[in-house]
Amino acid sequence: MTDQAYNFAYLDEATKRMIRRALLKGLAIPGYQVPFASREMPMPYGWGTGGVQVTAACLTPEDTLKVIDQGADDTTNAVSIRKFFERTAQVQTSETTAEATVIQTRHRIPEVALTEGQILVYQVPIPEPLRFLEPRESETRRMHALEEYGLMHVKLYEDIARHGAIATSYAYPVKVEGRYVMDPSPIPKFDNPKLGGNAAIQLFGAGREQRIYALPPYTDVVSLDFEDHPFDPSKADHACDLCGSEVSYLDEVITDDKGSRIFVCSDTSYCTTRQDEGHTGRLSPEGEAA
Amino acid sequence: MFEAEVLSGGFSNPAQDSARAFRACLDAMARPGRIQQIAGAVPPAPLSPAAGAILLTLADATTPIFIAKSHDTEAVRRWIAFHCSAPVVAASDADFAIGTWDALQPVSQFAIGTAEYPDRSATLIVECEDISAPTATLSGPGIETTQTAYLPNLDAFVANSAQFPLGFDCYFTAGNQLSALPRSTKVEAL
Repeated sequence: MTDQAYNFAYLDEATKRMIRRALLKGLAIPGYQVPFASREMPMPYGWGTGGVQVTAACLTPEDTLKVIDQGADDTTNAVSIRKFFERTAQVQTSETTAEATVIQTRHRIPEVALTEGQILVYQVPIPEPLRFLEPRESETRRMHALEEYGLMHVKLYEDIARHGAIATSYAYPVKVEGRYVMDPSPIPKFDNPKLGGNAAIQLFGAGREQRIYALPPYTDVVSLDFEDHPFDPSKADHACDLCGSEVSYLDEVITDDKGSRIFVCSDTSYCTTRQDEGHTGRLSPEGEAA
Repeated sequence: MFEAEVLSGGFSNPAQDSARAFRACLDAMARPGRIQQIAGAVPPAPLSPAAGAILLTLADATTPIFIAKSHDTEAVRRWIAFHCSAPVVAASDADFAIGTWDALQPVSQFAIGTAEYPDRSATLIVECEDISAPTATLSGPGIETTQTAYLPNLDAFVANSAQFPLGFDCYFTAGNQLSALPRSTKVEAL
């Protein structure tokens, strides 16, 4: 079913031009947050209004769209956004990472390495990495202008003083091309190494906060750390109970009120592909493979 | 005849054509120096189809345009006025500038943004005879190792990238082809 009453990809052309100009300036200044006039979307803030606007501005009729929410293709948020663009842009959709040309993501980077033809669109709640350290936008903007990032290192140091290690486990701050400190959106720090040197174009949209930023392919992205406390992209120390993967990021699922739990891949497309290829985990129906 | 030339030459299917043209602009800006194909616009000469498509995709009433001497004809002005509704302004006030490299001189007249808002800078659309013969080696964001590309000048772009994060960004257009050079790219002689 199509909705002829709406323009292609929902947004009007003037809005798309405004978003497109912001995206291009974002690519020209990697890691810098470009203000844009975010629109009301037919979904509440926090459900990916920024990502949806960026996706709408990028989609062409030839694209194949994949949408993931914390790695999963089949959660409410992901299914709703996929249906939204099926109706308003008549694009193909897919759950397979390799088939997609545009991937909108909430809080994960797919396990499978992305390629040159792909665009990864992040939904971002708080784009300003310094926001919880300095609430005033006028001040954080000046801090970025002056490259004054000492406060962020103090925060990481306080983590070490209090917990013995850097306790930040998601939305872990990165420095882009040695210049801008950037919030990678609330991806687990396990995904941080995939931000740099990625073959795909990475675009970030924050709807409520009205900011767009971007990483061109093969950009130099470094997770902030200290020489004696180097960055550690940690994950749960288990294998996936369904596909046996020991390298993927895992969700811990509580299965009853006696403390039983299982670990499964957060990237559902990766996990199902592996299961289809015959990989098995601890709970696979075939038996005790792992 | 004149009216017809002014009123025609826009995207025949605006939403879809501008989406495809934008993806060419996006790929170009994300991968500096790599040549992309862009289509859909038939602007009056001397405006190239690529430059016309960029303007149709990105320019509107909110983006003042500077038209350099090389392209400042009645037909071009009226075509831009009809299809983009963009005001034509002096170089220092422009979001977009269109012209040959020589006509755009001195490039120091264009906005390079401010320390707090480096995005408030001009985008130059530099019309070229041919962009297929490389004259420079590029490196930086968007480039895995190095990339060779045509540039109309070297020193101006070395100086521009030295101002990072300030600076202007460029599109180079010839016929239906375009390539881009953001301020973040490091430029060396071939």
